[in-house]
Amino acid sequence: MEDVGSVVAFWALSVMTLGAALVTALVRDLVRAVVALVVSFLGVAGLFVLLSADFLGVAQVLIYAGAISVLIVFAIVLTPRAARDNAETAMRWPALALAGALAGLVIAVALATDWGEGAREGFRETASAIGEALLNRYVLPFEVASVLLLAAMLGAIVLVRED
Amino acid sequence: MSPFLAEWWDLRDLGNLVGAILDWIGDRGAPSWVPYVLSGIIGIAAVLLWALLSQLAFIWIERRVLGRMQVRLGPNRVGPWGLLQPLADALKVLAKEMVTPSNADRILYWLAPVAVVVPAILVLAVFPFSPGMVVADLNVGVLYIVAVTSTATIAVFMAGWASSNKYSLLGAMRTVAMLISYEVVQVLALLSATAFTGSMRLLDVVAWQDRYNAWLLFLQPLALLSFIIASAVEVNRTPSDIAEAESEIVAGYHTEYGGIRWGMFQLAEYVAGFAVAATITTLWLGGWTLWGLEEWVPGWLIFLAKLYGTFFLFIWLRGTLPRVRIDQLMGFAWKFLLPLMLLNVLLVGAERVVWAETEAPAGVVLPAFAVLNLALTVAMIVGWGALAGGLRPQMRPKRPLLVREVGGIYYQPMP
Repeated sequence: MEDVGSVVAFWALSVMTLGAALVTALVRDLVRAVVALVVSFLGVAGLFVLLSADFLGVAQVLIYAGAISVLIVFAIVLTPRAARDNAETAMRWPALALAGALAGLVIAVALATDWGEGAREGFRETASAIGEALLNRYVLPFEVASVLLLAAMLGAIVLVRED
Repeated sequence: MSPFLAEWWDLRDLGNLVGAILDWIGDRGAPSWVPYVLSGIIGIAAVLLWALLSQLAFIWIERRVLGRMQVRLGPNRVGPWGLLQPLADALKVLAKEMVTPSNADRILYWLAPVAVVVPAILVLAVFPFSPGMVVADLNVGVLYIVAVTSTATIAVFMAGWASSNKYSLLGAMRTVAMLISYEVVQVLALLSATAFTGSMRLLDVVAWQDRYNAWLLFLQPLALLSFIIASAVEVNRTPSDIAEAESEIVAGYHTEYGGIRWGMFQLAEYVAGFAVAATITTLWLGGWTLWGLEEWVPGWLIFLAKLYGTFFLFIWLRGTLPRVRIDQLMGFAWKFLLPLMLLNVLLVGAERVVWAETEAPAGVVLPAFAVLNLALTVAMIVGWGALAGGLRPQMRPKRPLLVREVGGIYYQPMP
């Protein structure tokens, strides 16, 4: 990360990610919040690309910006009066506490990590490496995750099953 | 990089010309980032120019061809054979007043046309027009296509939501439901193709088809068929344009848009159509190769010929097929295409393993796979159609279990 382009890109993407995240948290209209969240996701994808994790970057766009955001949109549209007047809720302070604890954890991990790997060369091919890792070494967590998703799908079908 | 990397005047690959110019600038002592930035600008400008010119041409072609298919004349007043009609349309769109509904969410309303166009144009970056003519040679190219197109969903929803019009919102919700459903089919179809070639880099996919003299069209007919259907849904073309069905919901999500904002949606639709045609050309029709003809004819001309032919297929479909209903379209994705594509992915995996284990020569294996896959495609479509055709959906409305248990959806009336 010595050349000018990378540094400029890093700061631009960081500002974009954090600024959009701030808008997401502060704006009152939930649909605007979703749009800001998508911008934040795109910023994170850009950061992944900057770290030469091309597969992760593209997967971030595909899954978070493309699919998760639409899931949230569905949740908003299917909830009556969800789009406006959503600030007054009893879960405000617990949510703030949880968010603060999470932020503390992330900061603690970031401070404890040795970041002396900046000079390492960029990865060549990440897609095949991730595929190998998922299907060899980490096959058990991978399969557990797929079973979890299947259980969630079955649960959704059971809930909306007609009598 | 290019198999026929040659002198700058070798126009079989325009990349040679650009490379020569950049080398010339580099030799004059410019810093190393200048040729890098310049190559990006030249590539982007070329792709944009191509997309806009093709769109102008195809507006005329589409309207004339549809006119002929529907036994009417089509545009024939502006210029000879109506050739200047697209230009007149473009000027009209530019000059029209842009009206914003008074209840609209102004920020999102203004942002939506931009957010629709950007991904449509970004996709064009990865397509190799010929070995040296690709703006961004990504090794996750196929995934990039799906990822970037998928971000258009939220933009379309923004348009429908911000317009504050019930027809717009209906169209937006239809689009979101459709795109999410058919994206799954699209990804599985692309997975089948890339699993066969073993690379997601589009240049490698074309090189694979060139090496074995086998277009994936012959090896993966079911994947191509599913991809064409899913893409027709994704780019909103007529057999499945229920998101903007004029006879039902005015114009769907862009009902409230006029002037150049409406033009942006139109531009995005056409460019997305070209991107889909380019994907089909690259992955299934062998890209710029044509069994040796690319030595004599510029590869990018072959690519464009295939691309326009594929796009013509979509116009043809539009002129031929009636619009389907939304429940039919959704049911078709989940109950018909998705099971078949899952089976197809399994089949591709099995064939790859068989090929790797037996170590048979490609000349024996690939024709066998082609025949087998064609037979299985026909068998699966006919068989699943016969099986699923008997399962009639029950149209009696029933209360879902959850609603019965909870006693209806909780809704607090407005104070």
